[in-house]
Amino acid sequence: MSKSEAPLLAADGMPLKEKLARTTRRMKMRAFLLTVPLVLFLLVSFVLPIGQMLYRSFHNPTGSNVVPNFAVAIKDWDADQGIPSDDIVKILVEDMAAARKNREVGKTIGNLATRVNYEIPGSRSLFTKTARRAGRITEGPYFDALVKIDKRWDSPHLWRTLQRVTNDYTIAFYLAATDRKFDESGSIVQADELYRIYLPILWKTIWISALITALCFIIAYPVSYLLSTLPLRTSNLLMILVLLPFWTSLLVRTSAWIAMLQKSGIINNILVYLGIIADESRIQMIYNITGTVISMVHILLPFMILPLYSVMKTIPPSYMRAARSMGASGTYAFTKVYFPQTIPGIAAGTLLVFILAIGYYITPALVGGSDGLLISNLIADHIKKTLNWSLGAALGTILLVVVLVFYWIYNKLVGVDNLKFG
Amino acid sequence: MKLNKLLTSTAIGVAVALGSVAANAKELTVVSWGGAYTKSQVEAYHKPFIAKTGAKINSEDYNGGIAEIKAQVEAGNVTWDIVDVELSDAIRACDEGLLETIDHASLPAGADGTPATDDFLAGTLYDCAVANIVWSTIYAYDSSKIADGPKTMADFFDLQKFPGKRGLRKGAKVNLEFALIADGVPASEVYDVLGTPEGVDRAFAKLDTIKSEVVWWEAGAQPPQMLADGEVTMTTAYNGRIFNAVAGEGKPFEIVWDGQIYDLDLWVIPKGAKNLDTAMEFLKFSTATEQLAAQASYISYGPARKSSAPLVGKYHNKDIDMGPQMPTNPANLANAAQSDFEFWADNADQLNERFNAWLAN
Repeated sequence: MSKSEAPLLAADGMPLKEKLARTTRRMKMRAFLLTVPLVLFLLVSFVLPIGQMLYRSFHNPTGSNVVPNFAVAIKDWDADQGIPSDDIVKILVEDMAAARKNREVGKTIGNLATRVNYEIPGSRSLFTKTARRAGRITEGPYFDALVKIDKRWDSPHLWRTLQRVTNDYTIAFYLAATDRKFDESGSIVQADELYRIYLPILWKTIWISALITALCFIIAYPVSYLLSTLPLRTSNLLMILVLLPFWTSLLVRTSAWIAMLQKSGIINNILVYLGIIADESRIQMIYNITGTVISMVHILLPFMILPLYSVMKTIPPSYMRAARSMGASGTYAFTKVYFPQTIPGIAAGTLLVFILAIGYYITPALVGGSDGLLISNLIADHIKKTLNWSLGAALGTILLVVVLVFYWIYNKLVGVDNLKFG
Repeated sequence: MKLNKLLTSTAIGVAVALGSVAANAKELTVVSWGGAYTKSQVEAYHKPFIAKTGAKINSEDYNGGIAEIKAQVEAGNVTWDIVDVELSDAIRACDEGLLETIDHASLPAGADGTPATDDFLAGTLYDCAVANIVWSTIYAYDSSKIADGPKTMADFFDLQKFPGKRGLRKGAKVNLEFALIADGVPASEVYDVLGTPEGVDRAFAKLDTIKSEVVWWEAGAQPPQMLADGEVTMTTAYNGRIFNAVAGEGKPFEIVWDGQIYDLDLWVIPKGAKNLDTAMEFLKFSTATEQLAAQASYISYGPARKSSAPLVGKYHNKDIDMGPQMPTNPANLANAAQSDFEFWADNADQLNERFNAWLAN
C-alpha cells in the first residue's frame, strides 16, 4: 500500500488500522485484568515478604529506636578515641532513662540489650542494670557515673559496638550467618571454632540435598522407564502407587517413616525376628542423617518420577528398535539414542528435587535428631525461638542466593529452555 | 464487584462475630505447658474460677519461650490473656515491654492475713510476673530395670556403672549445670564456674562423655514416656511429670534429687490482652493461698506462697504425702541450685549457639 492511497476504512468509517489497534489494546487490557488477581497474589504473598526479609537482614533499627538521640550524636564519633566525650555519654544516659520510663513495645532497654548481646555476649544485664539507675544520674561526669554502676562501661569495645548497633544498616547479621564477627578493634574475624555452626551446616545442607537428588534419580529412572513402557492398564496401576503417597500428607508420611525406622520399629523388629541382628544391637536408623535422607528421598521421589515419566512417554519405542536393527548393542542404543532424549526430564527432575531439598524443613525437624538438621531448621530456630529475626533473615537470604547460583550454573549446563516438566 | 460485595459482607459478619464475643463479658485464654501440669491447674485454678465467676476458659498448650507473645504483641493482635512462663523468659519479655505490669499490692493477702508482698517467697514477685509454683529439673530412672539405682548427678554421667541411653532436654540450659555438678562442682557454685570460659569448656567436655548415648527431648511430656518405653535408661525431667507418672499411672520411676536445678513458673499477661480485667482477676484468684495449696495436691510443684505450705496435704486420690515430693523439701535441697535467670538472660544466645554447633558435630 503506497502513501497516496486513502486508508482502508472499517464499517463504521474509522480507519481500519486505528480500529484494529484499539481492539487489540482492549483485548490486551482484558487479558491483563484477568491476571491481576495472580499478580496481586504474588506481590502480597511472595514479593513483599521476600523483599521484607532481604531488608530485615541488613536493616535493624532497634538501636536507634531505643536511644534515638544517642544514635544521632554518636554517628560521626571516631571510634578510635576509645571513650566518647561526656556530652555524648550524657545523651545516652538520658535516652536510657526515657526508654525505661516509656516501656514502648519494640523501644525498650530490653530490646537494646538483646541487640547488643548478639555482638557482645553477656552484656545484656549491663544495660538492664544501668537503665534501672540511669534516671538517678543527674549530673556529670556521666561517664564516671556509668562506670560506678558497672565497670564494664569502661571499655572502648563496648562504645565501638554501641556506635555500630545504633546504625540502622548493618552487615553484622551476615557476618554472624557466615560464622564471623567484629573483634575488639572493629575488624572482621572468624568466630571461635567452637561457635562456628552456620557455614558447616550450609555445606552439609548442600551435599545432603545433592545426595538426595542423586538417590532420587537412581531410583526414579528405572521406575519411570517401566511406567512409560508398560501397557496402559498396568502402568496406571503403578502410577497410582507413585501418586498415592504424593497425595498423602507430609506429616503422615514422615510419621510413617518414624514407625518404620525407629529402634522398636518395623524394620528393626523384622531383622531381630529373622535373627539377623541381636535384640540389643538394634540399628539406629532415625533421628540422624540416615533417617533424614531415607525419608526425604521417599517424599521427594514423585517430583523426579513425574517429569521423567512425562518425557519418556513421548519417546517413540521405534527409535530404540531402529537403533537395534542397525546393529547397535543394547547399551549403545540406550546411551546414544534413548538417554539423550530423556535429558530434559532429568534436568527438570533434578532441579526440582534439589531446590525442594535444600529448603526442606519439616522432615529434618521430625526425624533429623541432632546431626540430621539442615539450614532451614536453624532459620526456623531463629525466627521462632531465639527471636533473632535479622539473623534468620540473613541466613534465609544466603540460602536464596545459593539456590539462585545453582539455578544459574544449571542454566549454563542444561539450559532452562530444555527443562520439561511434562 | 460481586467479589467486593462478598468481601464487605464477610467483613461485617466477622466484625459482628467478634463484637459478640467481646460483649460476652467473661472469656479467658489461659496458656500453659500442657499434660499433667495443665491438668493440675485446671483442677486447682480453672474449675473454681469458672464456678465463682461464670467465665469461660480456653486452655491452650505451648512449649515455653516468648516467641508467640512477642509476635502477638508486635502484631497488635493478642489472643493469649495469661501465660505460664519460666523466670528468664518473664524477665526478658518484661524488659522488652511485652507484658502488663502487675501491682503487687493488689494481690490477695495470705490466709493468715500476711500481706501478699511478705507472703510470697523471696524472689517470686516481679514487675510483670507473679510466681505460682517452684518446679525443678531432676533426673529419674526406672527402678524395675536398675536394681541398685543411681544416687548422684555423677552417676547420670557414668556410662560404665550405668550403661544405657540418657534423655536430656535439647538446649544448653540446665544441661551445662548438670554437667558441672557431675564433674564435682558443688551446686551452690555452679554459676560462678559457668561464668568463666573454662567453666563452659569443662561443662561441654563433661557432656561429651555421654553425647553418643543421649536422646534429646523437647516437650515436658516426653521424658516419662521415654522412660516407660524403655527408650532411655535414665532421663532428666521436670519433677512433677515424673511424680505424676508414679502417682497417677503407677510407674516404678525413682527421682534423684542430687544436683536438682529449681526454677519458678510465673503468670504473665501479654500487653494488650483482650480480656485484661478477667486475666488480672484470674491471676489474683489462682495465686491465692488456697489455690496454690490445692494445685500441690495434683502435682508435686511447691507453692510460691509461704501460707500455702502448711495446707499442702496428700495427693488428691491416693495416700501419698506431697511434702517430701516438693523441690523445696529440705532433704531434696541438700545439693541444689536455683536457675540463675540473669546468667541465662545474658548468655543463652551464645551458649545455645555453641550447644547447637556442638550438637551438629
